[in-house]
Parts: sequence; C-alpha cells; structure tokens
Amino acid sequence: MSTAQGSKPAAAAMPANTQTLSVLVENKPGVLTRVSALFARRGYNIASLAVGPTEHPEISRITVVVNVDQHSLEQITKQLNKLVNVLKIVQLDQRQTVQRELILIKVGADNASRTSVLEIVQMFRAKVVDAAADAVTIEATGTQDKLTALLGMLEEFGIREIVKSGEVAISRGGKAITDRSILG
Amino acid sequence: MTPQQMTGAQALVESLEHAGAEVVFGLPGGAILPTYDPLMDAKKLRHVLVRHEQGAGHAASGYAHATGRVGVCMATSGPGATNLITAIADAQMDSIPMVVITGQVGSSFIGTDAFQEADIVGMTMPVTKHNFLVKDAAEIPRTIKQAFHIASTGRPGVVLVDVTKDAQQATMDFVWPETLELPGYRPDARPHLKQIREAASLLLQAKRPVFLLGGGVLRGSASAEVTELVDLTGAPFVTTLMGRGALPDSHPSHLGMPGMHGTVAAVSALQRSDLIVAIGARFDDRVTGRLDSFAPGAKIVHADIDAAEISKNREADVPIVGQAADVARSLIAELRTRLEQDDPRDYSAWWSTLSMLRDTYPLGWTATADGFTAPQHVISRIGEISGPDSIFVAGVGQHQMWSSQFIRYERPLSWINSGGLGTMGYSVPAAMGAKVGRPDLPVWAIDGDGCFQMTNQELATCVINDIPIKAAIINNSSLGMVRQWQNLFYEKRYSHTDLNTGHGTRRIPDFVKLADAYGAVGLRCERDEDIDATIQQAMEINDRPVVVDFTVSADAMVWPMVPAGVSNDEIQIAQGMSPEWERDI
Repeated sequence: MSTAQGSKPAAAAMPANTQTLSVLVENKPGVLTRVSALFARRGYNIASLAVGPTEHPEISRITVVVNVDQHSLEQITKQLNKLVNVLKIVQLDQRQTVQRELILIKVGADNASRTSVLEIVQMFRAKVVDAAADAVTIEATGTQDKLTALLGMLEEFGIREIVKSGEVAISRGGKAITDRSILG
Repeated sequence: MTPQQMTGAQALVESLEHAGAEVVFGLPGGAILPTYDPLMDAKKLRHVLVRHEQGAGHAASGYAHATGRVGVCMATSGPGATNLITAIADAQMDSIPMVVITGQVGSSFIGTDAFQEADIVGMTMPVTKHNFLVKDAAEIPRTIKQAFHIASTGRPGVVLVDVTKDAQQATMDFVWPETLELPGYRPDARPHLKQIREAASLLLQAKRPVFLLGGGVLRGSASAEVTELVDLTGAPFVTTLMGRGALPDSHPSHLGMPGMHGTVAAVSALQRSDLIVAIGARFDDRVTGRLDSFAPGAKIVHADIDAAEISKNREADVPIVGQAADVARSLIAELRTRLEQDDPRDYSAWWSTLSMLRDTYPLGWTATADGFTAPQHVISRIGEISGPDSIFVAGVGQHQMWSSQFIRYERPLSWINSGGLGTMGYSVPAAMGAKVGRPDLPVWAIDGDGCFQMTNQELATCVINDIPIKAAIINNSSLGMVRQWQNLFYEKRYSHTDLNTGHGTRRIPDFVKLADAYGAVGLRCERDEDIDATIQQAMEINDRPVVVDFTVSADAMVWPMVPAGVSNDEIQIAQGMSPEWERDI
C-alpha cells in the first residue's frame, strides 16, 4: 500500500503528522480499489488501512491512517469525496478516539527463554495463542505505541513473523457516524 | 409504465434514447454485437461507424464540446475498449461530459484471460469520473441513467459503462427508473453567502484585479452571467486555453490568453495583480508557470464547482464552491447592493498600465526567414474568412497555440481543443463530432501534419456519413512544437521531428492525394497570394469534406513564450526578447 516514491516533497519536509480518517463507503465490488488507487495516484502514503462491514450491511468502513500535512489532508478528503461510492469521511480527533490494532507475533521461545517471554506477554496483557517447542505465537491488541513497545521487548528473543490488522478507530461517546441517513 | 420484456441489448439502446442521446459514435466487435443488432432499428438514436475507436471517443468529445450535451461512444471489449482510453483521459481532463459504452466478455469468462478480455473498468478508474461493470441485464436502465447524470452534473466528466455479453443477451423487464440511487454523489453545491460577501469586498478594495476565466464558464453555460459580472465590475479579464470564447475576444476588458503562450498583457496582468478572481479555472501549470512566483502579490478568490480544485495548486483566500453562473449571479447581487451605498473602486491606474501593455505588445508574427508562408497568417485568414459563426477544432502543438492566438472567438463553444491531456490527433475526429452536433455551422479542423497522420482515417467516416468538415493542415513538415523546443533548448538538434510532408520533401503522404483517395476534396496552398482564394474555395464546398494542405515555414515559432518551469515574469516576446518592464511599468 505504500507509495513512498510518489509522496509530496512538501509533506516529506513536514514533521510526521498522523491522521486517522474513517471513510464510509457503499459496500460494492471495487470500492476499496477506488479508494486505495486514489491515494496512490495522487501521491499520498497510507500508513495503515483496515476495512470491514458496519452495522448496516450496505455500508463498509475503511479506516485509513496517513502521515500528511494539513494541506494534503484537505486534498485527500476532497478527492475522496469526489468518489461516487464514498458516502462520508470523518477525520477522527486523536484525543476523542479509541484506536486499536491487532498483532500476531511469532517469537522464538525455548526452554531457556520461554519464561521471560511469558512475563512480557503478561505485562502487556497479551496472550499466547499457539506454542511450539522453539516458539510461541502471541496475540496482542492496543494502540500502535503499545504494540511498538511490545515488539521492542520481544526483539531479543528473535521475532520470526508478524502480522498486523491495520488500525481501527471509533469516536468516544454515544454518537455514531454511521447514521443510515447517509444512504439518502 | 408497465414493464416491457426485452433483451439487455434492447434495454441498452432504449436507455440511451431515454437518457436523451441522439448520436453514438462507435465500432462493433464480438462482445458488443448483441447491442449492435437492436441499434440497427433504433428510431431516435443515430450510430456513426468510425474507423478507429479513438476516433469514436474524440468524436463524442467534439460533439459534447460543441453542443454542451453528453457525448456517447461505444466499442467492444479488449482492444476496442483500450483504444478508447486516450479519448477518455482526454475528455476527463477537460471536463467534457461523455458516456462510454463497452462490451465485456461473458460474466463467466471474466478473470480467465478470455479472448478480447480487458479489465477496462480497472484500467479507466484513474481517468473517469466514475465507471460501472454491469453483469445483470436488469441493472442496465438504472446504470445508464446514473451514467448520464454523473457525466453531466457537477464538474462534467466521463462515465464508462462496461456491459457483459450475457447481460446484453439476457431477457429483462424494462422500466425507465424514476430514481437515481446515488447516495454518495452530491454535485450541487451552492455558493456560500459569506464567501460571496468576502469576494465582493476584495473586488471593491482591489487596485489591480483580474478575472481568470476558464473552461468552467463554458461547461457551466455561464457566459451571460459572467459577462454581466465583468461589466459590472469594470475589471479586466483573461480567458484560458479552455475558456477561449467564454466571453467575446472583442470585449474591451479582455486581455487575451494567459500562460505559457499567453499575451504579454494577460500574463503581466496576473503577475502584477493584487486580486485574481478565478471562475472555472484550475491554476494549471501551463497557466501559472513556476507556481511559487505566480502572481506573488495577488489575493485569490477561487470559484469552482469542484471543491478539490480550490487550493490544490494555489492557496485560495476566498474559496467559493458552486456553478459558475450561480457564483456570478450571487456576486452581481452582492456588488449591486454594495455599490448603491458606496463605490470605492479605482482601477484607473491599473487600466492605464494594462492598456499600454496591450497596445505595446499585441500578438503578432514576423515574416519567415526562409520565405515560406507564415503559419500564423494562414490561421488568422481562416478565422477572418470563416468568421465567428464557425467552429474551430485544433490538434495539439504550434498550430493549436496559433489557433488560440490568431482566431477571434466571439461565441461560446466555437473553440474546441485538447487542453489538459494535449492529445495529438484530436482535431479530425473531434471536428467530425462537432459537425454532427452542429451541422448548421462551418467546422474547421485546424491540424498539424503530425497530428493529422494520427487520426485522418476518420475522413472515411466523414465522407460516408456526409459530415462535411474542413481540415486545414498547417504543414510545416515536422512535429513543430517539439522542433521549437529543440531549437530553443536542445541546441537546434532536431532529433526525430522531421516528417517529410512539406516543401522539397517526398511528401509522404501527399495530403492532397490522400484526401482524394478518401473521396474528400484535396487542395494545396503554397503561396501567400493563394491563401484567401483557397480558403474561399474550401468554404464553398459543403457536400463533402475538404482537406487543405497549407505548406508553411518550419521555422516559425509560437511567441510569446514562458519556458517551462520558470516564472511568468520571464515571458519572452520573441527569441531572446523580453518586454522592457522598467520602461513600461
């Protein structure tokens, strides 16, 4: 999903500015392609992308994390709004949002190191979902910061494989952004 | 309306008629064959059989340009569809409303690399406003309704509808749908009153305002409203390449075209302005030159129907999202109210500078060194003799710039060209489409010898279908604009730009013989003294196409010029000659 070569020089010069967009789209074939291709051809990097259905079967929700300056963010939002299948775009306020990512980590753990690995698992309130003689597989959820810290702690044991879900995010409080009225 | 049982193919033809299409340019093939059968019996829909699908695409674009209606073209799957892509990208870049119908292999074959299978929906996603793959006959009517709606509303553009062969063959119950069901498409933005007030304030306070009028004025049919606005303010205006003719060239407040080959007055007015009011223009790099030095002292009011254009290239101080006509009407109303109370405007110093620039640096050309005809002269004579009630359609290159510079456009939709994509070969098929849309007007394809060789096969279409366009080949025997850049920036090393079609060459091909072979009239004009008579002769031929081979000097260049990537302040009026700013300003 990364398009580093196409990124705007202006954005590269700016300090990293992480933004999370919730993009509500019609649940139709090809819509994810339209959204991701737009990022690629306009030269914007996607840091993370997660997609799934919402409580309304006809609406899907794409959570996109981007590192861009304010000008680029406005452009992305405007360009996304032009896609016919895009229903609504909400820029989530980092302080008013719950963000989570799921990670699966296969890390080396033999008789000598297993206890230390399990201590770290407990410390991060993660869990072991598979075990073998020389490795364990750990499942953890949390913010990107927490998962980065977990990976840092596990590094010395030999990380063999990781997979991340991409970040999902939802605003705090009682209001929903997926009001059915957006279907017109 | 009671449903009528028919095939998907019949429904497709029926739907095109319901959507208001009167002509479709196309070429059949396997995957679209089912639709070509009912097309043969269509009562309200005329089909024009082209010789290459690219021609169908440009013809639909020329038709849409000339009429303001949605242009329609049709092709089969695979190569038929891919041949349309250039024309699709071209029309999309210039915001031309177009609906493209392509046949697709049967739905059970999709994804198997079947014969003549191409993922045209995937391929055209980046160059269309929207596109559809229809695999179910029942979806055809609504999809066509949606396609025409999306293509023609908001910022116009291209919508492709790819219909599988089995969807065309299946039986369905036809009902023309009442509703669109496009929940994510909201094209009708209204100008915000707060922004209109702010724009009016800036206009009244400005000392050096300029209106920058683009193709959006034409696409939005806003010429009358924008003329009224310009007249009310008394401020000067410039018309971009896509906006030429939006307001008449003879209007006293007109300064010409801005940009790389703009007039000194238009380029300088923008550079020195303290306020630019852009309507339906997108601050394209060919207009702004080096962006960071473009109009450094100007505040920007940017009105466009496409919010994404605003502040895309140049940050707008006052963004206005809305149709050009609505924006103009709102601004007129606001200005009238304000002017009743107080009129702080003083543009007199500004106008005296601009008038001096306009008088000192008019567009012109010098006699050629080799003694051959000056191409600018040919083009200006065509404009004069054919007159403003004509349509002029250019290809891309030097002849295009000269056609924009040396023909006076007095009427909206009288100038058609490929602005954004810069597609060589646009002229002949687009002129064909324009002539189908406006059979009442003389339609001139002003083309280059390079461009003409890319798409001249549509002369066959013109002859067979009685579409009497007039093609003027401005034959400098080379890829002229490339040659000009080689002259200026590559030490006159003319790498692969000689086409051998002009003076003293083998004339491959001989355009007069080529015209003759197509059943068109071929004329050649090699001397200045024959130009008027030849144009007159071409004007009198209306029963078939005419091709005039005007052999001209290869050394003529397009001036003024702002070289690519430099500031507009570096404008040159001829090679190595800049305006004398110190004296002039």
